[in-house]
Amino acid sequence: MAKPAALQIITANRLRDGAVVYLGPDTHWSTRISQAVAAADEDQARALLAVAARAVAEAQVVAPYAIAVARDASGLRPASYRERIRAAGPSIAAFAAATAA
Amino acid sequence: MPLIKEGRIAADLWVSVAEDEAVPADRPAIVGLRRWQAETATLRARIAPLGIRLKNNDAVADIAGDLDRFELVALEFPKFTDGRAYSQARLLRERHGFPGEIRATGQVLRDQFQIMHRCGFDAFQVADAGAAEGWVQALQEIGVRYQEAADGSATVRELRHRAARSLMWPQAEVTAAW
Amino acid sequence: MYLYDEFDQRFVDQRVEQFRDQVRRRLEGELSEDEFKPLRLMNGLYLQLHAYMLRVAIPYGTLSAPQLRQLALIARKYDRGYGHFTTRQNIQFNWIKLEDAPDALADLARVQMHALQTSGNCIRNTTADQYAGVAADEIEDPRIYCEMIRQWSSIHPEFSFLPRKFKIAVTGAPNDRAAVRVHDIGLRMHRNGEGETGFEVMVGGGLGRTPMIAKTIRKFLPKQHLLSYLEAILRVYNLAGRRDNLYKARIKILVHEIGAAEMARRVEAEWAEIRDTAVDLPAAEVARIADFFAGPAYAPQPAFVPEFEAARRSGADFARWLRTNTAAHKQPGHAIVNLSLKPAGKPPGDVSAAQMEAIADLAERYSLGEIRVAHEQNLVLPHVALRDLHALWQALDALGLATANIGLISDIIACPGMDYCALATARSIPIAQRISERFHDLARAHDIGGLTINISGCINACGHHHVGHIGLLGVDKAGEEFYQLTLGGRADQDAAVGAIIGPAFSSDTVVDAVETVVDTYLALRRQGERFLDTYRRVGQTPFKEKLYAAH
Repeated sequence: MAKPAALQIITANRLRDGAVVYLGPDTHWSTRISQAVAAADEDQARALLAVAARAVAEAQVVAPYAIAVARDASGLRPASYRERIRAAGPSIAAFAAATAA
Repeated sequence: MPLIKEGRIAADLWVSVAEDEAVPADRPAIVGLRRWQAETATLRARIAPLGIRLKNNDAVADIAGDLDRFELVALEFPKFTDGRAYSQARLLRERHGFPGEIRATGQVLRDQFQIMHRCGFDAFQVADAGAAEGWVQALQEIGVRYQEAADGSATVRELRHRAARSLMWPQAEVTAAW
Repeated sequence: MYLYDEFDQRFVDQRVEQFRDQVRRRLEGELSEDEFKPLRLMNGLYLQLHAYMLRVAIPYGTLSAPQLRQLALIARKYDRGYGHFTTRQNIQFNWIKLEDAPDALADLARVQMHALQTSGNCIRNTTADQYAGVAADEIEDPRIYCEMIRQWSSIHPEFSFLPRKFKIAVTGAPNDRAAVRVHDIGLRMHRNGEGETGFEVMVGGGLGRTPMIAKTIRKFLPKQHLLSYLEAILRVYNLAGRRDNLYKARIKILVHEIGAAEMARRVEAEWAEIRDTAVDLPAAEVARIADFFAGPAYAPQPAFVPEFEAARRSGADFARWLRTNTAAHKQPGHAIVNLSLKPAGKPPGDVSAAQMEAIADLAERYSLGEIRVAHEQNLVLPHVALRDLHALWQALDALGLATANIGLISDIIACPGMDYCALATARSIPIAQRISERFHDLARAHDIGGLTINISGCINACGHHHVGHIGLLGVDKAGEEFYQLTLGGRADQDAAVGAIIGPAFSSDTVVDAVETVVDTYLALRRQGERFLDTYRRVGQTPFKEKLYAAH
């Protein structure tokens, strides 16, 4: 079975509030993974990381890195459990909502 | 590199001599520990001021007996997160009573000025002159000190019990914190 | 409990303003992340998976009702309405914004709280046991010494950039509820032949990647020399601890590499130079601090309370709760009450803002305004009169805080794991939830008896799995979450590291595996044997056989 080309997107945390963000088009960072621009090869990934590095220097984001994703019917899906949790939030119900109080 | 002394940029009269360089005879010079140990007799005979540079894994005890020969000890922060020089400075200042200049070199940043000063550093080699601007503020940010250290400032326990005594005997002189 | 004077208050206020300025300089780009990160960590602010996490210090696990209410305010105002109590008696808020952190710290400073040094390579929160000051078996209240250590270690100019983090724990009782033997420095209070009180000083314990039990370097240290001796240890460590490898930088590695005898020799040599300098506190200052821990003015309570005895006899649920969730108090007519934060199916150690406020009210009504945090991630009301126990129990039950499972199988200790933590390799909370649901039946849990389960989501072992009777370590196997089981660990005065039982279990099978271990114990146990006793008697083999039989 042929493997689809490995896509990568860039993720980071926004400096001022720590929110998980993804690098989209035009150097814009979004909290929604669906807005991320995907790199199809290493050159493209490097170019995106260079954009991210500028955002770090401008005190916009912290610790950007590339993650592997696959494109499926629902959009971009990270390859790793960790990044799926990062995208969707904790896998457990928010505690405050779960308690009767 | 700019040098901060007493809160402002100061002229640096010292030259730091590399291991294989000749030691200038006519100006203040800082040599490394190994140089001192290899050429002790020559360096002892020096007229011009002599300083010594310790790496942060050198033992202060190795120069403790010779401190009267040095007017300066340079200690190093290879990264600002490497805190060994704080202990070295305190040992020099408090254990051995070194009266000369203790100079901070390496990655010397504004946010560590105060604790460096508390440990006995009195000269700071910084990356750029702009660092001097934050100096006075940096030193005053935390005025409350819980620990006795090399800077001699009054500790909380001294102030507490001074306050308590002055309540008991209002006429007693309360000596100023120095 | 200790109350700040003007100096303590000024200290935290100045610290807040200092950090406010550091945050401003960071947001304006004047400070890089590399320069800022250690500063932010020293104010307890981590960058985690989803957001910044603020770890607020609860010194030696003691809280007042107003402080607990303020923690509820922090949860509501700056976070998502809940907090998480940790295995080091602190509280964590998972959704704090960096730009809000100075204001949150200012709100904390208003009630004499802070997040100072709850992270970073510095001296962390010094912990004691949750029954300090009220336990029947205590020699002296260890919190006096914890408070002395807290002040001595606050922005210590020499020890702010250690090779690695540094954790100290103190026990004032022979039954060590503070796990001192798995700390960088463990202090065990005891009396010498002359009846003087002092400390056994142990160094180099710790969990994490290389779990080690601390070694004794001094059998008896007179208590008046505590701070100078600690200063000597820290100086030796600061100068000699490894700085070349993050994973070999704790003091336990230094002790392991040079040996306990050499460690003792270096510390004693350094101490000889400083023992008569001004590091140790004068008697007047020790007395001043000790006064705060002299114990509340208990209203005289009868030791025999008819209503209480009647309630105990008539209510099976109440009686069962009494058995597990209360402990003997040194003051006649009183009891120590544990609040279980481990209801079946809930994340261990999490408390909502509304619950915090309710607990604060109950503390004022029934516990002289005081609350404790246990490193097992439960809370304690330490001063409850026997005659109030039934009413308190009913109130706690209504709040979901009266599960009668303290020390039982469903009283699980778990780190936040990969649901929250950037370091984790697997999730831990869902496993804890599933195990507690599997064993939710209290009759069964009571029958199983005392058994601790500790779950860590990665090798850093913040869930203390090494010292669980059953320990679970989450690992990543080809992108899937697997859990390695250890058996036989313990955190008390006979501290021991658990042994790995065999290949790791998948997320699907690990709860069954835990049940298999329990069933094996139940089948083999003799009269009166707890799990640990049976395990020690029969060893690993019967458990291995049952666990891996089918494979």
